Amino acid sequence: MRLRLIFRIAQSLLMARWKQTLVAAIGVTFSITMFIALLSFMVGLNELLDNLILNRTPHVRLYNEIKASAHQPINSASEFQRGYHFIRSIKPNSNRQQLYNSIALQKVLQEDPRVKGIAARITAPVFFNDGVVDLTGVLNGIDIKNENALFHFNDYIVKGKSEDLAIVSNSIILGASLADKLQASVGDMVSVTTARGTRFPLKVAGIFQSGLQEMDKTMSYTSLATAQKVLGKSSDYMTDLQIRLHHLELAPELAREYALRFNTDAEDIQTSNAQFETGSFIRTLIAYSVGITLLIVAGFGIYNILNMMIYEKMDSIAILKATGFSGQDVNRIFIVIALSIGFFGGIVGLLLGFLLSVGIDHIPFHTASLPTITTYPVSYNPIFYSIASCFSIMTTYLSGWAPARKASRIDPVVIIRGK
Amino acid sequence: MENRIVLESRHLCKQFRDPVIIDVLKDITLSVRQGDFVSISGKSGCGKSTLLYVLSTMDTDYSGELFIDGQLMRGRTEKQLAQVRNEKIGFVFQFHYLLNEFTVVENVMLPGLKLGTFSEAHVRTRAMDRLTMLGIEKLADKKANQLSGGEKQRVAIARALINDPLLLLCDEPTGNLDKANSLIVFSIFKELAEKHHQTLLVVTHDQEFAANSHRIITMEDGHVISNVKNTHSV
Repeated sequence: MRLRLIFRIAQSLLMARWKQTLVAAIGVTFSITMFIALLSFMVGLNELLDNLILNRTPHVRLYNEIKASAHQPINSASEFQRGYHFIRSIKPNSNRQQLYNSIALQKVLQEDPRVKGIAARITAPVFFNDGVVDLTGVLNGIDIKNENALFHFNDYIVKGKSEDLAIVSNSIILGASLADKLQASVGDMVSVTTARGTRFPLKVAGIFQSGLQEMDKTMSYTSLATAQKVLGKSSDYMTDLQIRLHHLELAPELAREYALRFNTDAEDIQTSNAQFETGSFIRTLIAYSVGITLLIVAGFGIYNILNMMIYEKMDSIAILKATGFSGQDVNRIFIVIALSIGFFGGIVGLLLGFLLSVGIDHIPFHTASLPTITTYPVSYNPIFYSIASCFSIMTTYLSGWAPARKASRIDPVVIIRGK
Repeated sequence: MENRIVLESRHLCKQFRDPVIIDVLKDITLSVRQGDFVSISGKSGCGKSTLLYVLSTMDTDYSGELFIDGQLMRGRTEKQLAQVRNEKIGFVFQFHYLLNEFTVVENVMLPGLKLGTFSEAHVRTRAMDRLTMLGIEKLADKKANQLSGGEKQRVAIARALINDPLLLLCDEPTGNLDKANSLIVFSIFKELAEKHHQTLLVVTHDQEFAANSHRIITMEDGHVISNVKNTHSV
């Protein structure tokens, strides 16, 4: 009953100055709209850019680096135990790039509950023969099924089919720039020479475009079996194990654990791509600060309207107080006014913000480096909408707080006597 | 049998401290019994309005004691005093102070809704009763700013009566009105006092008005100089 009365008085005061009220509400609407659109767009872009790298990067990569052994013979000599050893011109011994005991290793990893999936890979430097010129490149033997499931390999295929790698023997998928140079298209044969001098003809099954020029110029993919054949290795030969985890954050810890356990080198995604996280964070931060600034400006608008209203309605406040409304009641009336401006302005803002982001989502956006993207990226995360509504209620409450307090402290005697 | 005392002040004093200390009210002791029609008159600046505001609990900056309906008003919170005003006191000021956004009947209903004793429908019937009594029931659904000055003042009186106040306090109720409207308002007060035995305390400098009340308190320079029963009035 009491609350209803307060709402009714608040409503009538609002309607009395409906034009100014509308302007204040539009301020909130505008800022919420921009907040939502800005964040949706910014985060959509972030996700796109992150996925460009993160989707294709294993969370942990196991491999064997070619390097000098850490255990040199002198370390075993007991008479030199106490000294510090200076050894010059150490050369790596003939240890292989191959991952040892790879079958057992895969089995262990597949049983680890923290691991989402693994994909084996063979990386080998090769030459592509184009007439008399040899182009340097990298031949990647991949397990196409797992690669598609874990690293969205299929998304980057612009011609042909990635599945053909597994079906057609001796087939290869070339990077777009590389294919251009070789003037090869799907169905053509290209010839590949390994570092050891073996020459091997391969059939082009598809073209891929990653968006990273450097990759498109040098990379090519073939099946594990074909790569083993080209390199003349046995069927358990693989140089890399790419691991995708359920939780990205565990990567550094697991990398250390696996490196120790399997006696290989291990690299985690945080170490290899640290700069991306920083970039995303800064972009999100900028979007949030702009959005919140807009809201604060809208808050000042509400503050002004309420202050004006209080000066105009001084008489009404005085008589309400004289006839038995307490300061607290008057305070509530003005808080309700402020909150309803925030509430209704905010709701319309959320709606318009959504529509605006849908609009952005439909603007064509073609770029050579991103073959699968046709419109601007937008994220529809409900988090933005809840943050926006919380902020609109909070800023309007804060901007209503001071004027409401002022109204509640109006002394009716001063006004009535002044007439 | 004497009627009970509705309003009583004992040794009320009040000072204005800005810019220099001025005693506005000096040792005012008076009482108003139920059914009394009391007028306070005096020259401009004698402190009669100030006294009314102190008696109405709106002004709390005083020394001495104030009892309303036998209860001491000192030491009460702003909220409790608002409650007392809502329940026990009706106000009529020189200016009507109606809320322009509301209709006439809603203006009258506001203090009743605030009190919350009756349902909204009941408060509305009560408000209509008051308007009928004052002969302005036809204006009920008009907006407050569409009324003439005299009509507005009558609406203000209806609003003051909505909660059956123990005491009706009026500050120059005819001060802003022309002769004809003054007479109407005056006859309303008279009817309230005589027919409905409404307790009335009216501040006025209108001698004619004062002459028709039952008791006249005359003030000068912050003192009560006379407090006499008016033998001519009845």
